[in-house]
Amino acid sequence: MSLFIPVILPLVAIMLLLFSYRSVRLQQLISMVSMSYLLVHAAIILSKVVQDGPFALQAGGWPAPFGITFTADLFTAIMLLTTSVLALLVTIYSFGFIGETRKKAGFYVLIHGLVTGVNGSFLTGDIFNLYVWFEVMLISSFVLITLGAEKQQLRGAVKYVVLNLIGSVIFVTAIGLMYGQMGTLNMADIALKLRETEHTQLINSSLMLFFVAFGIKAALFPFFFWLPASYPTPPMAITAFFAGTLTKVGVYVIIRFYSLFVVSDQATWQVIILIIAGITMVSGVLMAASSYDIRKILSFHIISQIGYMIMGLGFATVIGLGGAIYFMVHNMLSKTATFLAGGLIYKFRGSYDLKEMGWIYKDKPLLAFLFLLPALSLAGIPPLPGFFGKLFLIYGGFEIGAWKITAVAIMVSIVTLFSMIKIWNEAIWKKIPDESQARAKNKLPGTSLWASIIMVALIVALGLSTGYLADYFFEAGRQLLDADLYIKTVLK
Amino acid sequence: MRSEILKIAALHLKPILLILSLIVLYRGHNEPGGGFVGGLLAGTAFVLHAMAFGVEQTKKLRLAKPFFLIALGLLFAVSSSMIAVLLGHELFMQGVWISIPLFGDAALKLGTPLLFDIGVYLVVAGMLMLVMLSIMEEDK
Repeated sequence: MSLFIPVILPLVAIMLLLFSYRSVRLQQLISMVSMSYLLVHAAIILSKVVQDGPFALQAGGWPAPFGITFTADLFTAIMLLTTSVLALLVTIYSFGFIGETRKKAGFYVLIHGLVTGVNGSFLTGDIFNLYVWFEVMLISSFVLITLGAEKQQLRGAVKYVVLNLIGSVIFVTAIGLMYGQMGTLNMADIALKLRETEHTQLINSSLMLFFVAFGIKAALFPFFFWLPASYPTPPMAITAFFAGTLTKVGVYVIIRFYSLFVVSDQATWQVIILIIAGITMVSGVLMAASSYDIRKILSFHIISQIGYMIMGLGFATVIGLGGAIYFMVHNMLSKTATFLAGGLIYKFRGSYDLKEMGWIYKDKPLLAFLFLLPALSLAGIPPLPGFFGKLFLIYGGFEIGAWKITAVAIMVSIVTLFSMIKIWNEAIWKKIPDESQARAKNKLPGTSLWASIIMVALIVALGLSTGYLADYFFEAGRQLLDADLYIKTVLK
Repeated sequence: MRSEILKIAALHLKPILLILSLIVLYRGHNEPGGGFVGGLLAGTAFVLHAMAFGVEQTKKLRLAKPFFLIALGLLFAVSSSMIAVLLGHELFMQGVWISIPLFGDAALKLGTPLLFDIGVYLVVAGMLMLVMLSIMEEDK
């Protein structure tokens, strides 16, 4: 039962939220309770996985290759926990940040829908079921991105919806091909059959389709252009949660599929993945360096950081994968924190354009630090987690002698620092020429401020405790490389 | 201008459509039909009413509360998966069936899949009403 709670509880919450759609206060209370419990439950699942190893549950008692399996290994549990932290903090943040009309239009219902989809995608062990959770996630995000129906939002949403629908079509096509070839949809069963047959080349066509479909969701190199077009348009609280979870689900699934289904032609796949990772990193960071809107800079950054995660997968070693997982956790926290701080800056100054801002450091030092710490973490300054994430990845690169891609990663890191310093200089440090000039100093909503503070505290804590936690991330990487473990867990 | 013919037709078609939707819902487990189709039929009954009498009149109907219907539907759907757990089967989403004997060989078979279908029925009907009524309202 325990593995179904992360999916069932948000559904129950949606039901309660719909019953109480008239009272925003009641909705906030319900959201707080359900999100808090989800966090506790994710911690329970994680501790169980750490103690007893991966485990699986079968829905309805149907045995594995026939029914739908829910599985949790260390990677899944870490992702679940991180998502729950983000969901809780973004919910708290939204209390003071999201306007009353959006709350009444179902913001809390949709954020729960999104959590259902994300958790389901992490847990499921069945390809078609994965598709269903993706759709749950996408439909919620479609509505969230258009919630409020501003002109700019609708323009961004059209690109988002069209691209993601194309992605879904490719995904279903790939599932169809896979089912035609293997005769099963259970991921462990497919992995087992692939290891027992010799003609594994046939599977490459559907694997490539899967890679394209998930590449669209994860915003990889040729398919990323929907992200900068749509992410900056909704309110920051929504963008922050999108940035922390949606693309990471794509990365999660790519890593999971690679570890289970890429049996032959590993070398070819590694080259493809590393090349795409490199181009994704470079193009994302260059676009970020040339923008002057906080939201745009941060959105382009998401793309560049996705490149790092995929690079870790491309190494396909324990350190590479463990580093990629650590990097994902760091990125989910730091990225969301920068967006949350960016939202607060917007509340404070009433603008997203860097050229119009300045001197936040003088007017509100706390806000400056709330932005600075996650930004430095993204750029990779010790002792913040971004440094350790990059350290693991670069070490992994040196270990297998992938010099070129590692050099690219280090260069990209410097440009990341540059664009973060740009925000810092323009928005926070820059002196406003005319001191008497009136500048907006709006009051900041307390809940949002606290959510932002907690998030930053978590980032610092993660960085400082890396020494204790690193082993768990490498163990997660080891479990991913050991596909037999996954197969045994599901098909015992 | 409202057509009198449409009004009379809608008045008589609405109950027929609702009853038909329930029949479709019940036979759905083994034969064509089910919650989705039934829900669409039920929703259509209200849309037809709105076409004939106007959205304002439809909103006054006792059953036409889209949010409430959707929430109720979710309640049914979620509880269908939990019944087995509550009865101590420990397995999530396991089917539980009861059979109520009627006259002769015939028996009314009720089970959690039907409960789930009722949930789908309500959600679909509520969703259709929500979408159609807000579009028709915009139109004026």
